[in-house]
Order: sequence, then C-alpha cells, then structure tokens
Amino acid sequence: MELFEVFIRSRNGLHHKHVGSLHAPDLEVALENARDVYTRRSEGISIWVVRSKDILASNPSEQEALFEPARDKIYRHPTFYNLPDDVKNI
Amino acid sequence: MTMEERFQNRIDQDLKIEPKDWMPEAYRRTLVRQISQHAHSEVVGMLPEGNWLTRAPSLRRKVALLAKVQDEAGHGLYLYSATETLGTPRDETIDDLLAGRAKYSSIFNYPTTSWADIGAIGWLVDGAAILNQVSLTRTSYGPYARAMVRICKEESFHQRQGYEIMLTLCRGSAAQQAMAQDALNRWWWPALMMFGPHDTESTHTEQSMKWKIKRERNDNLRQRFVDMTVPQADYLGITIPDPDLKWNPDRHHYDFGEIDWEEFWKVVKGFGPCNRERLEARRKAHVEGAWIRDAAEAYARRQSEMKKAIA
Repeated sequence: MELFEVFIRSRNGLHHKHVGSLHAPDLEVALENARDVYTRRSEGISIWVVRSKDILASNPSEQEALFEPARDKIYRHPTFYNLPDDVKNI
Repeated sequence: MTMEERFQNRIDQDLKIEPKDWMPEAYRRTLVRQISQHAHSEVVGMLPEGNWLTRAPSLRRKVALLAKVQDEAGHGLYLYSATETLGTPRDETIDDLLAGRAKYSSIFNYPTTSWADIGAIGWLVDGAAILNQVSLTRTSYGPYARAMVRICKEESFHQRQGYEIMLTLCRGSAAQQAMAQDALNRWWWPALMMFGPHDTESTHTEQSMKWKIKRERNDNLRQRFVDMTVPQADYLGITIPDPDLKWNPDRHHYDFGEIDWEEFWKVVKGFGPCNRERLEARRKAHVEGAWIRDAAEAYARRQSEMKKAIA
C-alpha cells in the first residue's frame, strides 16, 4: 500500500485544504477511502488525493534562506507609504 | 544555543512542532508511543461495542452505534497517519499491537455484558476520553493536535448517544433501571482509571508536560471528570459506587475514594478480563482481512498494466 495525502474543499469558493493522509493501493481507491475517512459528516464537496512521495517539501532548516528575504521588503506592504489622512478611499 | 535548547524554546513559546522539524529522539519516541497507543485504543475500542451491533434494541440505536464504531475506525486511521509522520511505518505500528508489544487503553479490556454497557461506555468512557482529548488539541506536535481537533468534533455525539441510552433505561422499568445501575457499578472505576496513575506515580508526566505533549495532569483531568459526571448521574437517578464520594465545599470539588491500583496495574500488564480475547479478535480480523488487502493490490496492479497497454 502507498501513502497518499488528502485535500478537501469544504465548500465552493474555498481552497482545498490538507486534512491528513491514508493508505491505498492506487489513486482511485485512495479517493474512495478519503471519502470514507475524511468526509463522514459532509466536510467536503471535492477531494484531491496525491501520492505523498510526489510532494516535494521545503526543509525547515532552510527556512531563513527561503523566507528571510521577504522580511526586509516592507515596501511590499501598503502601510509603507505615507499619505495624508485627508486623502480618502485609498 | 544547542538544537535541544532551541527546540525547547519553540515549545515554550507555544509554537507547534511539525514533521520535518528537528526534534530530540526521546520526544519522537514518546510521541510514537503515545499516538500509536491512542490509535490502538480507537481500534480495539470498536470490539466491546461491536459486540452489541447486531443486538441493538431498535434501528435508531443500531444506526447510531454503527456510526460510532465507524467513527472509531476513522479516529484510529487519523492517529495512525499522525504516527506515520514521525517516520514509523504503519505496518510496524500495527505489528506491535498484534504481537502484544504495544499498549492500548485498559478500559477496553472489560466486557460488555448488557445493552446498558453501551450507554455507560458512551457516557463515561467517551466522556473521559473527550476530556483527555480536548486537552490534547493543544499538544505541541502539529499532526497530533490536528487529529485531536477532528476527533473531538466527532466524539461529542458519542457521549450524547450514550447518555441518551442511560436516560431511556433510567426512565424505564425497574429491570431497566437495575441494568443501568449495574452498568454504572461496573464502569465507574475503570473510567476513573482511564486518566492513568497519580501524577506522583506517573513516569512520563514531567517530561511530557515540559515538552507540552501532555497539557494537563492526570489527577486534574480525573477531578474534572468526577465533578462533571456526578450531577449527570444524579439526574439519571442512579448511584455512583463510591461511599467516599461527597461534595467538598472548601475545595469546590467532589472528594472521591481511592482507585484500586492493584486492579489498574493488573489490567495494564495484560491480566484484565478481556486482554487476551481483544488481541485474539484483532489478530483474527487482520488475518481474515488479508485477502481484501491482497485483492486491492492485485486490482491496482492490473489497472496500471491495462492503462500501460492502452497507452
């Protein structure tokens, strides 16, 4: 049996969200199992299953290298720009 | 700062630990033990209730019990998944159970001899489990905490259906009331034992509290359970089998008698009324279910061969 990750869209308009994993012999059965294991109380209207081994995850030890560069780019946020209070709707 | 200090630092800040994060080996081992025991408890927990599935007194009771047992299978699966994120293959975890190397909650080593036991289990056993599990929604390991959130959402129906069964029996004939009382007599003490030994006796408590794997002490949870449950028993009109049970206005808690720890350790060590029967049932189910696992594998193989042939 292979390991699969399960993603569920709880209702239209929302993203699919990771809910857990399960074992199955193939993708089709993984989808059926996901229905039984993760949507017994109408938690979703759409399911994605992905082989866990097909997911490449970033490494926590590389967190700084990956995410630090964004931190000092405060000009990417609207509050960086000074506007007088008198200017409205912006 | 050493890795270990940095790790503890994160825990102290209430930051969750996720699967690929560095963690001390002992933290990993403790989690694997605790989460897999929890998973096994869900799976073995299906057995005492399964005993009454075919004999539920009405269709309403039967669909509810069936849904509850199915939930427990699901809870076992969420927890096996969480164990797996720590790098322990699921087959290994399940083998540990089948070989008798792993533990599960001792409560499931008691027999369900009457229908009222199904009521008492939902009310008391699920009630005790919910208290423990709610505290574990704040546990430091992310996948375990998330599994607990799902489980807690689903558990509350379990407890309510149990209490409803008790209520129906207690509002019924004298024989039904006696059945309910008898179930309470037999399940009360084992339910209190579910919270584990006194904290002073518990080998894992201190380290687990420091790592925030465990968020509340055994004795605190047990006290909360007693305080919660006594008024519910009063409402049913049945008596908790503890002569020392009484309200303590100074402490604002119920005082209660000492657990029979000899019995507790006996059941933990494998000599409870049903330990052997439960493991045998699990092994039998595993062996008898082998063909369907094999068939699923064979079908998947055939499907992929056919797809290749077409392409």
